[in-house]
Amino acid sequence: MKEIERPTRNNLEGIGGWLNPLRYGWERISYWFQRLTGVFLLIYFIGHVYETSTIVNGQNAWESFLELTQTVWGHLFLIMVIGASTFHSANGIRLIFTHAGIGLGTPGRPDYPYNPASLNYRQKSGIWIALILAAAAMFYGFNVLFGV
Amino acid sequence: MDLMSCLECNESIKMASRTILKESQIMKIHYITGIAAIFVVALHIMMRLVVPFEQSLEYDYIIANYKNIIYVLILESILVLISVHGFNGIRIILLELRQSRAWENMVTVVTISAMIGLISYGTRTIILANGL
Amino acid sequence: MNNTAIDNKNEQKITLKVYRENRGQDSGSHHDTFEVPYKKWTTVLDALLYVKSYMDPSVAIRYSCRMASCGSCGMKINGVPKLACYTKISELETSTIECEPLPNFPIIRDLVTDFSRFFNHHKRMEPYIQTNDSTEADTSKGTFSFNQSPEDVDKYLQFSYCIKCGLCYSACPTVGTDLNFPGPQALAQQYRYFADTRDESKKRLDIVDDRHGIWRCHFAGSCSKVCPKGVDPALGIQLLRSYMLGISKNNKVPAKKIEVNGNNNNNNGTDTE
Repeated sequence: MKEIERPTRNNLEGIGGWLNPLRYGWERISYWFQRLTGVFLLIYFIGHVYETSTIVNGQNAWESFLELTQTVWGHLFLIMVIGASTFHSANGIRLIFTHAGIGLGTPGRPDYPYNPASLNYRQKSGIWIALILAAAAMFYGFNVLFGV
Repeated sequence: MDLMSCLECNESIKMASRTILKESQIMKIHYITGIAAIFVVALHIMMRLVVPFEQSLEYDYIIANYKNIIYVLILESILVLISVHGFNGIRIILLELRQSRAWENMVTVVTISAMIGLISYGTRTIILANGL
Repeated sequence: MNNTAIDNKNEQKITLKVYRENRGQDSGSHHDTFEVPYKKWTTVLDALLYVKSYMDPSVAIRYSCRMASCGSCGMKINGVPKLACYTKISELETSTIECEPLPNFPIIRDLVTDFSRFFNHHKRMEPYIQTNDSTEADTSKGTFSFNQSPEDVDKYLQFSYCIKCGLCYSACPTVGTDLNFPGPQALAQQYRYFADTRDESKKRLDIVDDRHGIWRCHFAGSCSKVCPKGVDPALGIQLLRSYMLGISKNNKVPAKKIEVNGNNNNNNGTDTE
């Protein structure tokens, strides 16, 4: 049987390609943010499930864990979580629409300067709305947590 | 590589990815859990904000919430939806990083186990807190 | 060195930094720097050919048509995949131009890369018209033409403009790590045939419904951003995905076959449009 040549990873961009989002426009930046916030939120969620489980060990256990989280750094971390979850949700909704082919335009006859129909103002404004909502949520969270 | 070795390559790719669910079914679950999670998490956050923030963290207040069956159902659905959505997301990222049958099987086993583990641990908290 | 090729008092010079490596000799990589004269309309390909002609003939590059039609001269220019013949030095607005081989393609030598994996992914998509009518190939009974309206053609035309330059494959973040991902070009071509009313294959969606298939596209959009022909592969991929999600219904009406006899007379008077 003919041996299949193992494909080479020669010259692959690798994770470095994921981590450098600045070369290709806003859609690539939003891809980078969506991945980052997704992983960050999963890590937070695992910590949150553990954190909330301390309540079954009684009031003392719960309150001693609160001393760890109800600090300035804890609140700042929570504000990051608020921003990440708002961006991930809003951008995720935009992505579900685009994956369904909605908001992308229709195929046509391209002409110079060959601007792609799919990278249109709807996508860019969707990304911007997600960023603005995230910033607003973080601002609101800051007001609630720091009692300003 | 000629067309024949390309077809062999195709077979090896297909063999590596024999699954119980088709990828399109998994991704539909990913989208649905994502959308549903937005609603239930929004409810969860709103319930934290109907009272002053400090009060929302008091032991007695939280235990009282755990006794409320509707709140319990919301928490359980958050747990399930976010675990499924999140660990499927990690599965996707890990599958993109490396490709071999051993790695892909390991990723599937680890992410499903982690999903079940987290849901079990969270459900335990909910059941015990409800019974306290 | 007799520099009679360009004799212009207004000529400027640019620094061209070219990646050099010979994988066959396993000698490591480095960059060679060349000072190249240029004018307003000089392209990066012109500059590289100047280097080959007057400075270092051993620089390996691939090129052919010099007019963004063949797709041969794709390379990474200042960090972004571009066609060298289609990129004017004056547009880049930097004093140094860095030319590197296209990322995500194995390097053969200098700026020349191996397109085998790219072409194999394309072949996996079965990129040809498939019909259920086997008599179509039997020309002894006369030839057939397909009846397609301009609206039918518009559904897939832009995706047929693909010149397989590989820029989209280079820009894609998923291709950077996943060797089994077909890449934007192959997936867009799958849509091109799926949308074509002449094609009757029922397998097209199954070919890409795979854990390394269409679902590993996350609409980063880099493919469409770099495409020099306006193919917009990201659009094709999302449109194909909409069929797989059941959002778009496949109510494609196969194109009618019209018999054309050997005497160049249309039997059916096909002036239909």
